[in-house]
Amino acid sequence: MNRLVSAIAARLTIIAPYLWLLVFFLVPFLIVFKISLSTTVTAMPPYTPVFDLAEGWAALVEGLRDFTHENYLWLWDDPLYVNAYLNSVRLAAISTALTLLIGYPMAYAMARAPSSLRAVLLMLVILPFWTSFLIRVYAWIGILRPEGLLNQFLFFLGVIDRPLVIMGTDTAIYIGIVYSYLPFMVLPLYATLEKMDFSLIEAAQDLGCTAAGAFWKITVPLSVPGIIAGCMLVFIPAVGEFVIPDLLGGSQTLMIGRTLWNEFFANRDWPVASAVAIVLLLVLVVPIMFFQQAQARAQERGR
Amino acid sequence: MERLSRFNIVSLVFGFAFLYIPILILVIYSFNASRLVTVWGGFSTRWYVSLLSNQQLLDAAWVTLRVAFASATIATVLGTMAALALTRYTRFRGRILFTGMVFAPLVMPEVITGLSLLLLFVAIGLDRGFMTITLAHITFSMCFVAVVVQSRLLAFDRSLEEAAMDLGATPVRTFFAVTLPVILPAIVAGWMLAFTLSLDDLVIASFTSGPGATTLPMRIYSQVRLGVTPEINAVSTLLIAVVATGVIIASLINKRRDVQRRRDEQAATQG
Repeated sequence: MNRLVSAIAARLTIIAPYLWLLVFFLVPFLIVFKISLSTTVTAMPPYTPVFDLAEGWAALVEGLRDFTHENYLWLWDDPLYVNAYLNSVRLAAISTALTLLIGYPMAYAMARAPSSLRAVLLMLVILPFWTSFLIRVYAWIGILRPEGLLNQFLFFLGVIDRPLVIMGTDTAIYIGIVYSYLPFMVLPLYATLEKMDFSLIEAAQDLGCTAAGAFWKITVPLSVPGIIAGCMLVFIPAVGEFVIPDLLGGSQTLMIGRTLWNEFFANRDWPVASAVAIVLLLVLVVPIMFFQQAQARAQERGR
Repeated sequence: MERLSRFNIVSLVFGFAFLYIPILILVIYSFNASRLVTVWGGFSTRWYVSLLSNQQLLDAAWVTLRVAFASATIATVLGTMAALALTRYTRFRGRILFTGMVFAPLVMPEVITGLSLLLLFVAIGLDRGFMTITLAHITFSMCFVAVVVQSRLLAFDRSLEEAAMDLGATPVRTFFAVTLPVILPAIVAGWMLAFTLSLDDLVIASFTSGPGATTLPMRIYSQVRLGVTPEINAVSTLLIAVVATGVIIASLINKRRDVQRRRDEQAATQG
């Protein structure tokens, strides 16, 4: 009896989350793919059903013939979409580099700080991560606007005599992404740097290496897993970002997350929105695989 | 122990200033008497008072709290199960697919998760509203819970479980008497993470909600698009205060437990 209960419990532990993810993750995903291959109509829902399993095998084969790749051709032919993809990747890549540039010295200093201070510093990095993303982006609107606090401050210092235009430019998007994702960069970097044996650097310096040389030859190579993890954690969500380009970017700033949103909510073109989603995922497949491999390797080493 | 170099100190000060000054400004301007967000008109709590009469905002906050509570609780149960399945049962059919499905939502762009769930709800004819937002939030936050709990399980000393079973405890009893108390801090952390993720979500909620179920982030977003008002600053300040208090209390409790555990271990080795 007891054994039976245990066996059932073990089964249930696997089956419950498994089924949940099949129904709410995998199936929705297949539906997106299916709809990306169907035609737009003005109705509710606004697409023609490509096939319906209830109608049997013959209808399924018939339905497969109705598949259309025209939504994908449409994306390819319209420079708006191609540009949106390229622009998203470019903005995300530059922001990731900037985040690394600010995050690395921070993580390094945290790892070298006295251990009593480390817990507090770690807490200070994590705390913004818990506060609302939307609110943190919103906070920058008041600062970056033409009559905002940054311009008032620069006026006060006498650095500028006419307001800097930052809102609605790529710069505002860089600031938004770096600000929102900085904890994602600092945490994995700190995790690898904290484990590093700093006596290696002393050894290198004793052997005549300069401080800069030791940094590039020892610290940087040893922190590569943290750099990869941090960059992927910033880059991947930044490519599909919607809130930041929508609130801080201008009307001309094309980013793919926002294009998808508009295609869906403003144009009500669900098939094209689905095709945009599929292509976005294809763009992200390479970095995601790269990230998973790095994670798997880190886990191997951890054991 | 090392002394920090000047460069280290500068990068820390710069980094933390960058992280905290915008939030600080936001909080300060929520006490601004002026209607203009960028002009200081003296100290006042009028925006907090006017919040109390903003029924739309209060309704949205209530919806958000209910969704967050329900979804975090279910996601914690499912996520803990998923973590156990990943660490304890190394062999079962479809394990690779399962691992992929647990990790993929963590890096999936929100717009795609939102769109795909909405299309599912439309396909099965589920009315959009409170229920669909909750289902969507469970799906992505259970994966975060799974990762948090899994890392605790990997560090867990399994000989404790073996000892319990040698002494005659059934696997189920072993789980509740030995495993669960040890991984409880990770489960609590997972619940808190799921709760804040749900509290915070704009994109997925916008896709999956229907008329009558507007969440607080959706309400804030639509007001922000119309213009910046000190009232939004006041809501934001309240949200920040609630979350910060929660996180600080949780970490203090954790620290106390750590100290207690170390003292126990010391007593055990000396005794």
